Amino acid sequence: MEIILKGLRLLNPEQNLDLLSDVLIKDGIIDKIENLDASQNSDAKVFDFSGKICVPGLFDMHVHFREPGGEDKETVISGSNSAASGGFTGVACMPNTNPAIDSAEVVKFIIDRAKGHLVDVNPIGAVTKGRKGEGLAPMLELYDAGAVGFSDDGTAVKTASLLRNALEYAKMIDSPIIEHCEDESLAGGSMNESFVSTELGLPSIPTVAEDLVVMRGILLAEYTGGKIHIAHISSKRSVELVREAKIRGVDVTAEAAPHHFTLTDECVRNFDTNYKMNPPLRQQKDVDAIIEGLQDGTIDCIASDHAPHSIEDKELEYIYAPNGIIGLETQLGLTLTELYHKGKLTLEQVVEKLALNPRKILNLEIPLFEVGEKANFTIIDLDYEYKFDIKYSKSKSKNTPFNGRELKGKSIAVINNSKMYFDGQFQNI
Amino acid sequence: MSLSSNHLLGLKDVPKEDIQLILDTAITFREVLERPIKKVPTLQGKTIVNLFYENSTRTRLSFELAQKRLSADTINFSKSGSSASKGESFKDTVKNIEAMKVDMIVCRHESAGIPKYLTQISNAKIINAGDGRHEHPTQGLLDMYSIREKVGKLEGLNVCIVGDISHSRVALSNIYGLQTMGANVSVCGPSTMIPWGMEDFGVKVYNNIDKAMAENDVLNVLRIQLERDAGVLIPSVREYHNYFGITQERIEKNNPNILILHPGPINRGVEVSSEVADGSSQIILNQVTNGVAIRMAVLYLLGTKSEE
Amino acid sequence: MDIKAKIIDSLGLDRTITRLAHEIIEHNKGSENIVLLGMRTRGEFLAKRIQSKINLIEGTKPNLGTLDTTLYRDDFRIRLKQPEVSVTDISFDLSGKDVILIDDVLYTGRTVRAALDAIMDLGRPNTIQFCVLVDRGHREMPITADYIGKNIPTSINEEVKVKMTEIDDEDSVYLVEIKNS
Repeated sequence: MEIILKGLRLLNPEQNLDLLSDVLIKDGIIDKIENLDASQNSDAKVFDFSGKICVPGLFDMHVHFREPGGEDKETVISGSNSAASGGFTGVACMPNTNPAIDSAEVVKFIIDRAKGHLVDVNPIGAVTKGRKGEGLAPMLELYDAGAVGFSDDGTAVKTASLLRNALEYAKMIDSPIIEHCEDESLAGGSMNESFVSTELGLPSIPTVAEDLVVMRGILLAEYTGGKIHIAHISSKRSVELVREAKIRGVDVTAEAAPHHFTLTDECVRNFDTNYKMNPPLRQQKDVDAIIEGLQDGTIDCIASDHAPHSIEDKELEYIYAPNGIIGLETQLGLTLTELYHKGKLTLEQVVEKLALNPRKILNLEIPLFEVGEKANFTIIDLDYEYKFDIKYSKSKSKNTPFNGRELKGKSIAVINNSKMYFDGQFQNI
Repeated sequence: MSLSSNHLLGLKDVPKEDIQLILDTAITFREVLERPIKKVPTLQGKTIVNLFYENSTRTRLSFELAQKRLSADTINFSKSGSSASKGESFKDTVKNIEAMKVDMIVCRHESAGIPKYLTQISNAKIINAGDGRHEHPTQGLLDMYSIREKVGKLEGLNVCIVGDISHSRVALSNIYGLQTMGANVSVCGPSTMIPWGMEDFGVKVYNNIDKAMAENDVLNVLRIQLERDAGVLIPSVREYHNYFGITQERIEKNNPNILILHPGPINRGVEVSSEVADGSSQIILNQVTNGVAIRMAVLYLLGTKSEE
Repeated sequence: MDIKAKIIDSLGLDRTITRLAHEIIEHNKGSENIVLLGMRTRGEFLAKRIQSKINLIEGTKPNLGTLDTTLYRDDFRIRLKQPEVSVTDISFDLSGKDVILIDDVLYTGRTVRAALDAIMDLGRPNTIQFCVLVDRGHREMPITADYIGKNIPTSINEEVKVKMTEIDDEDSVYLVEIKNS
């Protein structure tokens, strides 16, 4: 099948490409990149994307699909649908499922579930069996089955000695250990520790709980020569630690979630559990540090930490409600509105953070705009202004603080695996 | 020709001539083991104490047999049920034993450095039967003897030690001994089991067993200590076997002529498959027999050495 | 070391070996049940030559082995310099056989006594007989040879040096004087 995309600005920083052109795609492969006369290919379906930009398909390296074990909140399919709707053609999903992704069977199950979907689903394997922090998970076997990285996300790896061994072991396959940085003994609070938490009377988590474990990860990665990736970085001091470590040449990378460069702990004042996540919303100085970190490259990418929870789960007392918000369908909008349109990041940087760097960290191939390459695109209308409406979300869960938020910039279509998502519909191309 | 030292504490600084002498002398003793009467009167009247503070059956048995076949008098001392369990210090125990006039002490201890300490507090000749993760010289010697017996030489041979190198005194003794004799030594195992500084030893590191097998003539396969390592350094025995286990398929695919050694006891199905453990590539039982001969040679060379 | 006299020359050595071979065959009424054990180093060469002679005379080669007696020496206890030990190579059964022990020089008799111990550990021979090229006297054990090539009485500071072409440059037996150091 042939489709023509007209009037696109093709932007791929990996190729130093910024080009106005039409694109002809045949059976999912890029056939021509040039100005096309639609009358020549009368069979082709034509999409007029004048004024839109086309970037390599976006990749979210931190999502939680609740399958197996929590299918009421999200499944691999519903999560992938949400990803496509949000403009993503690839995701990496975390292993805190039930059972955990600590065996080749579960890795294969998830990959199998996602077969035939537009979105590429890459499982992240657990670091320890069951994520219990008692013994190493069979990382070599998980890697061979298709895992692209390892994490005990939900918690940090239980002991320094286990993390050390994991970093050493993962060196054999050049895979990163993705750390949820939170000191176990300082954890358990419901919001960030500051004068706001004192006023609200809620138990709190200090930023130093994150900083300590970030430091542990950096030092162990430095010592062993292994690769560590800091998940959902949120604290100013942590950003500074990563910055210093990178200068020293440590193999450390970091991601930040959109809510950590958009919201502060002031939002918790209404006790709405849709503002409750871990790490919690921090103070303005932390938000500013995250944005600076994104600007100077300390923070390599943006990842949503998409964490679906059912309504009944979230409709609990603030201290009992589970942590997490969905984020696949607000991520691009927030990034463009808060960072691009406010002049904090260039468009190239946005593409790096959302499409290129996540793949590099996980050793995945970068989509290229070349004849003969698989078509893996996200088509964005940078100036489209709208209000995010949860009604139209493809996710099974509704736990977002951004319902009704005004955003500027949206994904219009995504193309991958010979499929296209456009106008709320999947179609084969 | 005699050994340059009055003790055998390790293979680290043992000169090539000494190793050569021990290996050559062991040939004679290997022949004695084939006789109907496996005894020679050489060490008659000598008293040897087997001071085993760390448990061992095979090594102690091997040493005891070697001593008896040389007609020496042997005494066994283990930590449990002894004065040590009554709180006597190691030094006092040794001094007491020595006061009963013994000629040689064969010692195994979980703390590295004990054999060296013994040379300072005792007048007996000391043989190290394994100290912590430091050295196990008679194992290194019997491994070299077995390789040489089968292949005909050690110089220029490519030998790879496979397994938990970081906890292995067998690995260290093998590295020292083989390098002294001119072999090229490498190691192979998951990165969590390879200790610091292998490059400083001049030892190449492999993390891929197929590559290690293809590029080496001999594999010395170490035992995985299941109790200690599973979950901690390696996820599981199953993953270790899948990625580092020596199987017949791997031998045929990578190097059909490769020689397999193992210091024992074997974990069948973990570091080697049953088929390999019983197959024609391995010389594991030869190692056991040669072990007695090597120990006889060491006891002979030290026991009959005059104090010059 | 000073050479005092050449006792046996090359031709003489060959004749002596021929005679010893004949004596062995005569005493044992043939060569069917005998086995030869040479004692390292020159005893081994001597045994080999005797084996060839017997073959020429009888038409059959008796079994030949080499014996190393280092492990049976009695002087370890008095701490003499550690001698080098070599391998005993006997690939046949000794039991029921007439063992002819062969060495080049008989002196104190201690080496032969050690050899007797070694042989008894290897099996139960019918008889053990001793054949030596030179008997130089000064026995310290009650040992006599059954077959002697030549009697050469020596004094304390003299020694008998046997040379054989297998390892030396000639076939000969010398009487030498040892310089006291």
